[in-house]
Amino acid sequence: MSRERSIRGKVALAGVGESAYYKRGGAPDAEFKLGLQAILAACDDAGIDPREIDGFASYSNDSNDPARFAAALGLPELRFANMVWGGGGGGGSGAIGNAAAAIAAGYADCVVVYRALAQGQNYRFGQGNFPSKVAGESAHWVPYGIMSPAQMFAMRTTRLMHEHGIDRSTLRAVSMASYHHAQNNPRAVMHGRPLDAASYDESRWIVEPFRLFDCCLENDGAAAVVLVPAERAHDLQQKPVYLLGTTQGSEYRAGAGVHNNPDYATSSFKTLAPRLYAMAGVQPSDVDVVQSYENFTGGVVMSLIEHGFCSYESANEALAFENLIAPDGGLPINTSGGNLAECYMHGLELIVEAVRQVRGSSPNPVTDAEVSLVSSGPMVSNATNLIVGAESTL
Amino acid sequence: MSDSPSILPLGLPEPVPQPDGLDAPYWEGVRRHELLVQRCNACRGWQWGPEWICHHCLSFDIGWDSVVGEARIFSWERVWHPVHPGLSGAVPYTVLLVEFPESGGIRMVGNLVGDPEQDVPIGATVLPAFEDHDGAEPPFTLVQWKLA
Repeated sequence: MSRERSIRGKVALAGVGESAYYKRGGAPDAEFKLGLQAILAACDDAGIDPREIDGFASYSNDSNDPARFAAALGLPELRFANMVWGGGGGGGSGAIGNAAAAIAAGYADCVVVYRALAQGQNYRFGQGNFPSKVAGESAHWVPYGIMSPAQMFAMRTTRLMHEHGIDRSTLRAVSMASYHHAQNNPRAVMHGRPLDAASYDESRWIVEPFRLFDCCLENDGAAAVVLVPAERAHDLQQKPVYLLGTTQGSEYRAGAGVHNNPDYATSSFKTLAPRLYAMAGVQPSDVDVVQSYENFTGGVVMSLIEHGFCSYESANEALAFENLIAPDGGLPINTSGGNLAECYMHGLELIVEAVRQVRGSSPNPVTDAEVSLVSSGPMVSNATNLIVGAESTL
Repeated sequence: MSDSPSILPLGLPEPVPQPDGLDAPYWEGVRRHELLVQRCNACRGWQWGPEWICHHCLSFDIGWDSVVGEARIFSWERVWHPVHPGLSGAVPYTVLLVEFPESGGIRMVGNLVGDPEQDVPIGATVLPAFEDHDGAEPPFTLVQWKLA
């Protein structure tokens, strides 16, 4: 790909913030107000006047309109408003990419990526939200009892375990790593709720091969990230963190209906990861810390393999619990607790954490982390990912 | 089949043909206990899920044909946590993803007939079991799968 058309180093992630995170139904404030709180927190973190915001980007059909945010915040002018198509939480890194593209192209100068999601106020992702009559593609699976995301993705994980000999203990290690990291994170909904192997093993099945702790949470909250041109980063109050690369998409016929995508047991990162590394100018071995979107643990295993951190053959050994935790593991993942144990903020909390790792302000800091990778939404199309880095990586 | 109990309880979301007609031949076929999927009249390639164009050759001349050859279990899941009120007394149940290697490798979703806690051997041959819902409005037929 043309280096002239690369986003590498052109945009900084200047501020990150969130509302308080709550159990589903626990938020005292409306979803839109949570969004406002996150946006103001991110601006405060950056040292930017909120009236400087001139663009918004989000994903997964966030129900909070950017025009309403612009009006509520009294923004002088809105210059960019953007939504990633489809893929649910798979759009998180893509929203950062779109915001960065707008800045690089000159459409806007200060773009906020946000996600506000109060599942206690609106619909629960984990329920079967289908009408009494279903038509179209879903008519070919809903009547057979596939209605929730866990049910939509379980068969991919069954196939992963069958094709590649991935052990149940590997799924367990992914879950335990998130819960382990949440114990050092006062923001985490599961702070004070550690998870040991026996508790995982004894937890109830949701849908085989997923137990309760293989599944993401349902929460209330909001998160936001402020992006500015790279040259401005030094004038702001945080250690600069730069976008090194980001990609979107999926492989051949990933969107084929009724589970007919030819490569079934995939997180949809096989074509994205090489593009990401080429754009960022790094190798998997250069990555210091990984935030890998956990809708379900099986997807994390696929994503880590497809991003080159281990092979199918080595996964059961490489993805052992001790190796997945900060600060001493060789492949620390989901160091805030992520979707499983910090808060299901649809993966934007993972991007917030990736930035904090480069700054050294993570609740579970990886020593001298300079290159920080996020993969958003395994097993969906579009999937997206990104790499951020410190000044030293430019 | 209409006298047999359905695998999952009544009261779940019911399938109806897509209003634009894309999958109507499938739903009409299963009412006759025929399993039709898309097959391109130009290149004879198989295609599922249904689409308006052949992804092999980009012809709009898409026809329908009965699947050929064996159906095999490609993957499965066993649901224990009900997410619809109508399923609260109906767990566990097993969902199969079935593949037709001789019909272009197309896949279909259905439930496993019999004990929902039975072993599910990936690769095993299964046979379709048409589950008629004659009392529904409009009536429809689901395609379930039993081990051969």
